[in-house]
Amino acid sequence: MQKYSVFSLVKNALSNHENWDLAWKDPTPKKEYDVVIIGGGGHGLATAYYLAKEHNITNVAIIEKGWIGGGNVGRNTTIIRSNYMHDDNALFSEFGMDLWRKMSQDLNYNVMFSPRGIINLAHSDAQMNIYARRGNSMRLNGIDAVLLNREQVQEIIPMADFSENVRFPIFGGLMQPSAGTARHDAVAWGYARQADSMGVDIIQNCEVIGFDISAGKINGVRTSRGDIKAKKIGLCVAGSTNILAEKLNMTLPIETHLLQACVSEPVKPVLDKVVTFGAGHFYISQSDKGEMVMGGDLDGYNSYAQRGNLPTLQHVLTEGIAMMPFLSKLKMLRTWGGIMDMSMDGSPIIDKTHIEGLYLNCGWCYGGFKATPASGWTFAHTIAQDRVHDLNAGYSLNRFNTGYLLDEKGLGTKTWIS
Amino acid sequence: MLHIKCPHCGMRSQNEFSYGGDASVKRPQLGSEVSDQDWDNFVYNRKSLRGKHWELWQHLSGCRQWIKVERDTATHEIFKTLKASEEIS
Repeated sequence: MQKYSVFSLVKNALSNHENWDLAWKDPTPKKEYDVVIIGGGGHGLATAYYLAKEHNITNVAIIEKGWIGGGNVGRNTTIIRSNYMHDDNALFSEFGMDLWRKMSQDLNYNVMFSPRGIINLAHSDAQMNIYARRGNSMRLNGIDAVLLNREQVQEIIPMADFSENVRFPIFGGLMQPSAGTARHDAVAWGYARQADSMGVDIIQNCEVIGFDISAGKINGVRTSRGDIKAKKIGLCVAGSTNILAEKLNMTLPIETHLLQACVSEPVKPVLDKVVTFGAGHFYISQSDKGEMVMGGDLDGYNSYAQRGNLPTLQHVLTEGIAMMPFLSKLKMLRTWGGIMDMSMDGSPIIDKTHIEGLYLNCGWCYGGFKATPASGWTFAHTIAQDRVHDLNAGYSLNRFNTGYLLDEKGLGTKTWIS
Repeated sequence: MLHIKCPHCGMRSQNEFSYGGDASVKRPQLGSEVSDQDWDNFVYNRKSLRGKHWELWQHLSGCRQWIKVERDTATHEIFKTLKASEEIS
């Protein structure tokens, strides 16, 4: 594989960039693989990469109905953080933060990781207490957290509304300085390129039609490009989890919902942090191109539409303008939607299933992008060793049955009702 | 924006409604022996498929009644609405 560097850039510039190697191949599917990963998104590509890198399993295929990186990894708001209170979430996410820090070097691909910090705003004394508690939990787990008072927040984000007579005055905030953003497409492409170079087959335009299961064991998968045998199959299909679960006769604690995001026209640098509104659900950062990247609530009803409705967008942006009034002056450049696999306690599932050789990775709700490396790493471990790693032991499928829910926000079931 | 025909009030915009999830889910019979799996299916497990979906909505800013709506989860086309007391046919 061609190594990317400043020298290769100069060399290829001299030949008008016509001689770059293809970043990954376009193979025809073989009859059999050791492992088949269904879903060529961030998590599927990362899983294949870590199977090859950490476990030396390279006879692997990723099968993807559309094109790789075309789902939620191509349409998120790029936020990376580990500001969780519960141990299972905190340790998993912080493990991921380490992988993020090394990712550009590891993949020889600039994922533009920008640890610019995230601030969750508080709008009451009670919320400051809750943030102090969360910050302390984070620090006990080795994650950086800083509780900011109103003046400190004002110094960092003076463009927010600090007037006295607003409905939700800013009391302070909780900051994780090491959180940030990364270039989402680069993450998919970087993992794809490295996985491909280690022998993984990336098979696009290949839809799963059904599964070959006998005596409680998985034997393979039937696809639009022929039958593929495999003793181990990993599901990494985010918003399409319910569709594949039906083909497997499984009913999961997952509902498929639509989440919108949007970007404004590009403006001069104004915001160098990720900021979230504490009295609703709204988050914002500024991209390298200058666009304000914004998102918030789900549309609120089961949806596979991959495009949003305006009432939710209006609601979300109303919160944005309440937090940062200057946003009302910006024109909207683009809005889009993606379908989320909303789990019933708001936390993901990375586990084995009752079918031998079938592994499940789903339930990422709003938080799939930041989890990409840790999810791939732990899922690869679960598949390769046929047992969960300590890091994803809390993300079990049967926790809904046993009552060990991982309910970070204390919302209970049906996280879409809030 | 969705337009939902409330069986009590007629056609209204989505803004007047709030969502209540899958309407085909049935609570296990009171007083009967209920297995963990049955509770699981009632509380957590959902089909949530692409296509026709019976769901509960509440006409919160209108008559405040719960209703059942059959909607396509991919196209948002609404086929039928029923009162909460009416059985899904």
